Amino acid sequence: MLKYIARRLLMLVPVLLGVILVVFTLMYITPGDPVDSILGDNATPEAREALREELGLNGGYFERFYNYITRLLQGDMGICYATNLNVATRIAQTFPNTVKLATFAVVFAVILGLTFGVISAIKQYSFVDNVVMSISMIGISMPSFWCGLLLMLLFCVQLKWLPASGFDTFACVILPGVSLGLNSAASIARMTRSSMLEVIRQDYISTARAKGQSEVKVIANHALKNALIPVITTVGMQFGMLLGGAVLIESIFAIPGVGKMMVDAIKARNYPVVQGGVLVIALAFCLVNLVVDILYAYVDPRIRSQYK
Amino acid sequence: MSSEKLLEIKNLTVHFESFDATVHAVENLNLSLRHGETLGLVGETGAGKTTTVKSVMRILPEPPAKIVSGEILFDGQDLLKLPIKEMRKIRGKQISMIFQDPMTSLNPVMTVAEQIAEVIRLHEKCSKKEAHKKACDMLELVGIRPERGSDYPHQFSGGMKQRVVIAMALACNPRFLIADEPTTALDVTIQAQVLELMKKLKAQYQTAMVMITHDLGIVAEICDYVAIMYAGEIVEYGTREHIFNHTGHPYTKGLFACIPDIFTEQNELVPINGLTPDPTDLPVGCRFHPRCPYATEQCAKEHPANFEIEPGHYVACHLARSGGNDNV
Repeated sequence: MLKYIARRLLMLVPVLLGVILVVFTLMYITPGDPVDSILGDNATPEAREALREELGLNGGYFERFYNYITRLLQGDMGICYATNLNVATRIAQTFPNTVKLATFAVVFAVILGLTFGVISAIKQYSFVDNVVMSISMIGISMPSFWCGLLLMLLFCVQLKWLPASGFDTFACVILPGVSLGLNSAASIARMTRSSMLEVIRQDYISTARAKGQSEVKVIANHALKNALIPVITTVGMQFGMLLGGAVLIESIFAIPGVGKMMVDAIKARNYPVVQGGVLVIALAFCLVNLVVDILYAYVDPRIRSQYK
Repeated sequence: MSSEKLLEIKNLTVHFESFDATVHAVENLNLSLRHGETLGLVGETGAGKTTTVKSVMRILPEPPAKIVSGEILFDGQDLLKLPIKEMRKIRGKQISMIFQDPMTSLNPVMTVAEQIAEVIRLHEKCSKKEAHKKACDMLELVGIRPERGSDYPHQFSGGMKQRVVIAMALACNPRFLIADEPTTALDVTIQAQVLELMKKLKAQYQTAMVMITHDLGIVAEICDYVAIMYAGEIVEYGTREHIFNHTGHPYTKGLFACIPDIFTEQNELVPINGLTPDPTDLPVGCRFHPRCPYATEQCAKEHPANFEIEPGHYVACHLARSGGNDNV
């Protein structure tokens, strides 16, 4: 197992190099000039030239890529053009907020999705099942920003229970987290239902019943664990995507997260921030995937025996 | 061995109800079994064998399945009337079941010892440790090294898995064991081993057993009594000797004709013509008459009642009643 994890971590290196190359190239060929947004329209050509030289924007593609990579390998992600802060500092300011938001959303989604998915499956075609599946269909179709706005209208404007913006207390996390999580909860519920339906028709479920086991334990101990693999995949994907920043939700609720930082940076051609941000998001995504694969092994011994 | 009836099924009728049709899986079935005896339940796929025994365990999926009428007396107690909580105390403890396919009847994410220990913990007051110890003893009993208890089902071969299933079924010394084609999914050499094991354990624990099979060889090997099922009914019932030596029903004869005989020269096996009838639309009269080479007009009109052609040997056939099929 440890060997497997070590190998997977080693495989991160080429993946991240690829990500760096793609992002760097994309930013290089994107039209627009960071100098415009830093100095504004009234700057003299000399000043612009001097700044360009200072930022290292005058070299060719290979020269600039070489410079970026060598600095990166020394742990230097560059300086943010807008704030003059180190990019690492900028990420350290924003990324934890996104992680907090994504974690809340995913935990909320898992609790809701698993519960209703299981209920739906064991009561297939019942009234409860139909209601849950209809709501989850709406949940999947509804854009989270719209849902966020509605929730905000209800809980912040009408009822005044929760704050509409900011990110300093736990109460601030609830609304954006729920808006983000509803979507994931809906997909998790549907995935859990279909996976459970497949499992509860298996012979070993009859075996468990034939042993005299109670229905609750048949579902909890025998069925659920076998149905978890596709659910874990879904949860992992959702979490990975949420870590990439929920731009719209972060904008609506004014959360200083990684998504908002990235959008601002792209608009301003703030190359170092974009590159650093994407790198960190990619790393997070890969790590989440690794955790998902480790969870597979934890849940299913057949997979465990393949991780040698 | 007591002569008291351990299991008595009276007029059991089970239907599967779907949106547009009703499947008559089991109709008016009567069956009984005494302590320690083995009954072979023989018939083609779809005859209702598994449905019958699953009704005894009450593990039919309801809906779509529905037990329309009948009684299932176990030790004089009607299982169909028991509250589910009481029924759960009987499952696994008094009555256990071995399923057809060992590849799918074990939970892939639990170790085999855990799965055996589960049934022990459910019915016997003992600690987790004691249950585990007993589970390993059971494994040893069926010829698996006890230290393999911590392995998962995918680490065992098919025959070994069926041994595990048998160990699980016998873990609480049940008085009645249902074996639903326990060897069908295994290859022939392993079949023989598993049968031998079941015979040995059955004798050791004095367990009564219903063995579902479509292999008459297994019946000859292990069963005291035989019930032949066709389209949801028992068409012939008797001791093994009755069935093998004085076959009464044309369907049973057809089954025997499907077995190759090594003592006579045979070029082809004789199959029973036609297919089992559509259970949503069963033939009127005798259900076998469209396929029966001896069918008369009466067979197409009148449903045959059970007829005792010799003491303890019942045949549901008009020809048997008229004594006309001795030369069949």
